[in-house]
Amino acid sequence: MIEVTLDSPAAENYVAAATTVNPCKLCAPLGACLAFKGVANCIPLIHGSQGCATYIRRYSISHFREPIDIASSCFVESATVFGGAANFQTGLDNLISQYHPEVIGICTNCLSETIGEDLPRLLHDYRAARAETPLPALVPVSTPSYSGTHVDGFHAAVRALMSGLINPSLPSDPKRINLLPGFVSPADLRYLREIVADFGLTLNLLPDYADPLDGGNWEQYHKLPEGGISAAQIATVGTAAASIQCGRVLARADQRRQGGGAWLEKAHGVHCHYPGLPIGLRETDDFFAALEKVAGIPTPARHRAERCRLIDSFVDGHKYLFGKRAIVYGDEDLVVGITSLLAEIGINPVLCASGGTGDGFASSIVAVTADSRNLFPEPLHALNNVDFDRIAQMAGELKPDLLIGNSKGARLARELGVPLVRCGFPIHDRIGAARLLHLGYRGTQNLFDRIVNALIETKQNRSPLGYQYM
Amino acid sequence: MTTEFLAERKNQIATKGEGKFTIECAKASLAGSVSQRACVFCGSRVVLYPIVDAIHLVHGPIGCAAYTWDIRGTVSSGPELHRLCFSTDLREKDVIFGGGDKLYRALTELIDRYHPRSAFVYATCIVGVIGDDIEAICRRVAEEKHIPVLPVWSEGFRGSKKDGYRAACDALDRLVGTLEPSAPVPECSINILGDFNLAGELWILEKYYREMGIHIQARITGDGRVDDIRCAHHAKLNVVQCSGSMIYLAQKMQEKYGIPFKQVSYFGIEDMAAALYDVANFFHRQDLLDKTANMVRREVERLTPLLDSYRAKLTGRKAVIYVGGAFKAISLIKALRLLGIRTVVVGSQTGRPEDYDIMARLCDRGTVIVDDSNPIELATLAIERGADLFIGGVKERPIAYKMGMAFCDHNHERKEPLAGFEGMTNFAAEVYGSIMSPVWRYARKGGVQ
Repeated sequence: MIEVTLDSPAAENYVAAATTVNPCKLCAPLGACLAFKGVANCIPLIHGSQGCATYIRRYSISHFREPIDIASSCFVESATVFGGAANFQTGLDNLISQYHPEVIGICTNCLSETIGEDLPRLLHDYRAARAETPLPALVPVSTPSYSGTHVDGFHAAVRALMSGLINPSLPSDPKRINLLPGFVSPADLRYLREIVADFGLTLNLLPDYADPLDGGNWEQYHKLPEGGISAAQIATVGTAAASIQCGRVLARADQRRQGGGAWLEKAHGVHCHYPGLPIGLRETDDFFAALEKVAGIPTPARHRAERCRLIDSFVDGHKYLFGKRAIVYGDEDLVVGITSLLAEIGINPVLCASGGTGDGFASSIVAVTADSRNLFPEPLHALNNVDFDRIAQMAGELKPDLLIGNSKGARLARELGVPLVRCGFPIHDRIGAARLLHLGYRGTQNLFDRIVNALIETKQNRSPLGYQYM
Repeated sequence: MTTEFLAERKNQIATKGEGKFTIECAKASLAGSVSQRACVFCGSRVVLYPIVDAIHLVHGPIGCAAYTWDIRGTVSSGPELHRLCFSTDLREKDVIFGGGDKLYRALTELIDRYHPRSAFVYATCIVGVIGDDIEAICRRVAEEKHIPVLPVWSEGFRGSKKDGYRAACDALDRLVGTLEPSAPVPECSINILGDFNLAGELWILEKYYREMGIHIQARITGDGRVDDIRCAHHAKLNVVQCSGSMIYLAQKMQEKYGIPFKQVSYFGIEDMAAALYDVANFFHRQDLLDKTANMVRREVERLTPLLDSYRAKLTGRKAVIYVGGAFKAISLIKALRLLGIRTVVVGSQTGRPEDYDIMARLCDRGTVIVDDSNPIELATLAIERGADLFIGGVKERPIAYKMGMAFCDHNHERKEPLAGFEGMTNFAAEVYGSIMSPVWRYARKGGVQ
């Protein structure tokens, strides 16, 4: 039984509040800036007031532990009253002269949107005034922080990069594929590159911040870190045989929030596959099936072998898991993917929660849990547009055995006395967030082992016997 | 000086010993410069956040609140309301139709649920633009709920982080003097301004003051309580640390209540001792002075052999200091000197000309002093000057690490107390541990060769 409304037992006393308490989301410019970090020699610029850039840098550096430069056009009172055209021009000039970027990803914030800054017009004027100077590619995206979340900002930036940099007159390339995994970890991106290479395809990974946000030690200072997909490569998105855009919730988004793959399919006729985020066996199977279709070859042996070992481990671990109660929270498509895995291994996902505001979250949860629903007679709550306060209130009654999500749930896990399996963004209380693998057979294996071991460790710690075998 | 620095910032970077020392500061950040500064809201939020029994409601879209949720190491000996994140989470329709009604409902429901001693409402960028009458809403809720409900005028575009300090001090100023203490306030009583009890630092200071026989009336704001702050006008002296953030409140209290203030720093041995002596001297009592002298002597004697052993191993190392407040930077120069470490680059986000003059006086020739810097400048200067150690916050940390420099987090997120005599021990251990770590043998540049 699935409950997706507020009239479930755990929620009956809940009144929609005017306050968001302990948010389970971030704002749109953060997602856009991180997407822009996945483009080679690109620097993000937030057009508006200054604090957003600094806050987003601090917040993201705490997770990735890498230098993350994000510029601001530094609105002061006069810009707010008279418009930010002068700040926009000075900001771009200064960025170009300091960083020599190939791309500047320009997003708005709530202030510039509210006072009605018109990015396309500002860009037009800027280009006209500097007609003699070679300029970097300038990619604008509208990311008002009062609309949607960081995930919407991320997808909007990917869409803007594709629509802004595409060269529609390039000849088609039957071996090229566009892959849009969504907001996943650098380790996930590296693994996706490996998979696609094994299928013999040329990959446009949109975006590819694996190296910029998880790089090595430097011999000399880099103003912009190495790596990322180049503007020239993004220009080829229209030549691809197909796109794969991951995420069930994203696939259901309306035109305003659609993913880059959906946009490209409508605007330029590049066929797009829409698997879920490939976490768990079935979602990963769908993902590999899409790759098989595009490449025209079966899944290479080593990935089939990884799948076999994953299933073998499911069997090894199943006794520790059956009927365990989990709360999963975070970005909508990540929650759907993890819930899909839980449904395969006998864990009861009693609450699937997200601060996201998109349509299709609950129905996606329904879809991935349909097979296992009869195992657990009580309601399953799939709620988006919620905060940690709500999650905590429900957790008190739902009595979970574990939490799965970002580190913003650490205090709740501690209060409940249950383990937290950290995944997604942000992870501010551990190192190695960039190295966490979530996707595919290998990422599922990693998540599975961590989930099982978290439960085993809890049992071991609570046992008075001091077991040395479990 | 490296040519790649922005021309408009030339006068905000100065080198000691190259002609007469002048530096420009207290300017708005240059567009496109990737300043390490945050905004007015940030300034207000960091100052007021440690008041633990107040509601801190951020009125605006979710970002400002989300990025400041429980991110500082400020700790409470009692309530922990400050660690919760409250936002009106304005959406598109609120921006169009106004967020005032939502603000009223949010305040009401939060006060009913948490029973705080007061509420602060932080105005974020768009609130001024969409025209919500925060002042009137706060007044109405204050009347209905019988607690102070104070607007904080912290719209991000109104200036710099420093203007946010001022906005916070304005709110505090409205709070001070609104309550009379239930018991008489002892003669030797002070307010502590500008310590935020990061990692329990205030408690170290309290221990010293207790030993001296000094009563602390209000903690503003680390481990702060609303009612103590409302009674703060009964203290005899304001002891102000982090002067950039709190001097304005101290000045206001001097004007209104005739309470004098002393500017101090609690970092390093010299400044910590000077702070305690300043306070003891103020009260003109021999017993206080004797106790202080005994305590300082005891602590210094305890610390000296330890610091000597560190200094033997650290002498000759070079450091970059880039922190929010200039007063802290000044203390750090001195504290590093105790460890034999020379400061080669020093700067702050919000320093005043007089602060930079002090830095210039303290540092050796050739030291670069920089105001409102950015990653390119900091990295370039640190490498040019051959720094072994960087002292800063989270945003500076990856610059240091990528280039193989040791690092000490001296920002609000620190988890180890660095203030007081104990703090000096922790500071020395942290600096030593990072500089001496064997990892630098494998990291390519800088650090220990």
